[in-house]
Amino acid sequence: MGLFKDSNLITDPLTDDNPITIQVLGICSALAITAELEASIVMAIAVLFVLGVGNVIISLMRNIIPSKIRIIVQLIIVAALVIIVDLILKAFAYQLSKTLSVFVGLIITNCIIMGRFEAFALANKPWRSFLDGIGNAAGYGVILIIVGFFRELLGSGTLLGFKVLGDSIEKTGVYAYGYENNGFMLLAPMALITLGIIIWIQRSKNKALIED
Amino acid sequence: MGLKSNLHNFKEKNKDKKWLPAFSAIHTFLFLPNETTHNGTHIKAADDLKRTMNIVIMAMVPCLIFGMLNAGYQHHLAFGDIQHVTEGFFNSQFWTMDNFMVGFWKVIPLVIVSYGVGLAIEILFAIKNSHEVEEGYLVTGMLVPLIVPIDTPLWMLAVAVAFGVVIGKEVFGGTGMNILNPALTIRAFLFFAYPTWMSGDKVWVTGAVERDQMIAAGEKLDAISGETILGSLAQNKGAGYEVMDMFYGIIPGSVGETSTLLIVLAALFLIFTKIGSWRIMLSSVIGALVMGLIFNAVASSGWITESSKFYGLMNTEFWHHLLIGGFAFGTVFMATDPVTASQTNKGKWIYGFLIGFISIMIRVFNPAYPEGVMLAILLMNVFAPTIDHYVVQGNVKRRLKRLKVKIA
Repeated sequence: MGLFKDSNLITDPLTDDNPITIQVLGICSALAITAELEASIVMAIAVLFVLGVGNVIISLMRNIIPSKIRIIVQLIIVAALVIIVDLILKAFAYQLSKTLSVFVGLIITNCIIMGRFEAFALANKPWRSFLDGIGNAAGYGVILIIVGFFRELLGSGTLLGFKVLGDSIEKTGVYAYGYENNGFMLLAPMALITLGIIIWIQRSKNKALIED
Repeated sequence: MGLKSNLHNFKEKNKDKKWLPAFSAIHTFLFLPNETTHNGTHIKAADDLKRTMNIVIMAMVPCLIFGMLNAGYQHHLAFGDIQHVTEGFFNSQFWTMDNFMVGFWKVIPLVIVSYGVGLAIEILFAIKNSHEVEEGYLVTGMLVPLIVPIDTPLWMLAVAVAFGVVIGKEVFGGTGMNILNPALTIRAFLFFAYPTWMSGDKVWVTGAVERDQMIAAGEKLDAISGETILGSLAQNKGAGYEVMDMFYGIIPGSVGETSTLLIVLAALFLIFTKIGSWRIMLSSVIGALVMGLIFNAVASSGWITESSKFYGLMNTEFWHHLLIGGFAFGTVFMATDPVTASQTNKGKWIYGFLIGFISIMIRVFNPAYPEGVMLAILLMNVFAPTIDHYVVQGNVKRRLKRLKVKIA
């Protein structure tokens, strides 16, 4: 069956062809919204939806899109999908949509999405395009969630808003021993450095990934 | 057989062992190993990397000892045990054993943590990449305790040192390959990660934070405030110290950076031994003075009102900027770091000038973080290769032009 034959479409972007750590795409949003784990997860889901559905639509239309205006067609499709995500967030998770603010809208400009449309969906059948979209979005999401996990844990001492390290004001948990939150983790430079460390670990495990 | 050859034989015997770099690091700490190079042309010079590093450390030792005394003095002064010093540099109230011991027990743990964590990471990387431990951390390890507040928690320092050594240096390939000064990377990390421990009026006097906690717990005690001069100037409260106090360094501040007098002596020593670049030091001072003069002119021409939040620092006499904060220390010990500074002579002038210029600018325009020299040096570290590139290209162009004139 197709799923097993093409399973590398999903597994590759998760590991050795990761859109963030290997192709270095979508860095902007990875830096901007990963200060909290919850925002990272929602962003990952939003991109999963947009890229999965978008890839299928583009793939279905691939033979009727005139190549001269294909970028515009892609933009319209991705914009429509992003508006759907944005409205759903505003309706059901208003606070979160405030946190993500413009970055939901900026999914439109996420290089991963246009990249997959251009590189894959325009030349492949819907099912394969769907798998590719899901795989790449998952690869993006995994990195986002890893970065978000460490930034929220070390920067705020919480995970998904739960005070896993104790209360920093009441001085309970580890704070009683003089531990303090690392405010640097909440700033964008630390997101970049965390990302760098992930890239470092990944490439030292698989030397074939090292470029010159 | 002497100790030296014994150690050398031991090393020869254990050549293949993985832990050898750890041993070599310690065994060659103060004297040269019995090793000869095998090929190529060599230049014989008296100053190898290790000797260079040791000279810089020697220049820092007076600052370290003074820092201990000052820590104790500020502590006793704030707690009301002694009176304010009025008799100049060599006065009996400052140079007491008691002051020294209070500071000693606060500063030595900082030094131990700094060296312990830093060298452990260096050795780890040396073993993993199977090269010798490089001497780079010797100076960094000594700089770090001198540029942090006296009450910095040791675990924070350890985290920051680990960050600074790994991200600031090892990822770029170790000693000599780093873009940013590792000591300043460590301080910048502390500064952004734990701002409450790096600024404000509690952290500069040992015991003030504890006193605050006791008051919070309900004990009836006076709160202790020991603000740095920059901190109080940034709040338009005036300097509060005599100019000579600033020069001698009998003021609150990071451990070893308060005494401009000792730093000037160290600078002369470094210039005399040709370790530190006088071009960078001089041009930084010029840059700071120029920026200070510009701000003085702005303040005196009445462009800003006295209620402006920039007024306090803008109106500070331009040459006072050299005495307060970490400017002198940063200029002498950190801006001159041979790895991260500009390499060309003309580049050094530009690099140094901009460090001084930008330091004072950050001081004035960023009252929340009143010390600008750290950020200025880090910024210019990033630009140093670019400056060098244009200086070299300029030189190439000029010579080409001269060549053309001759041919014509």
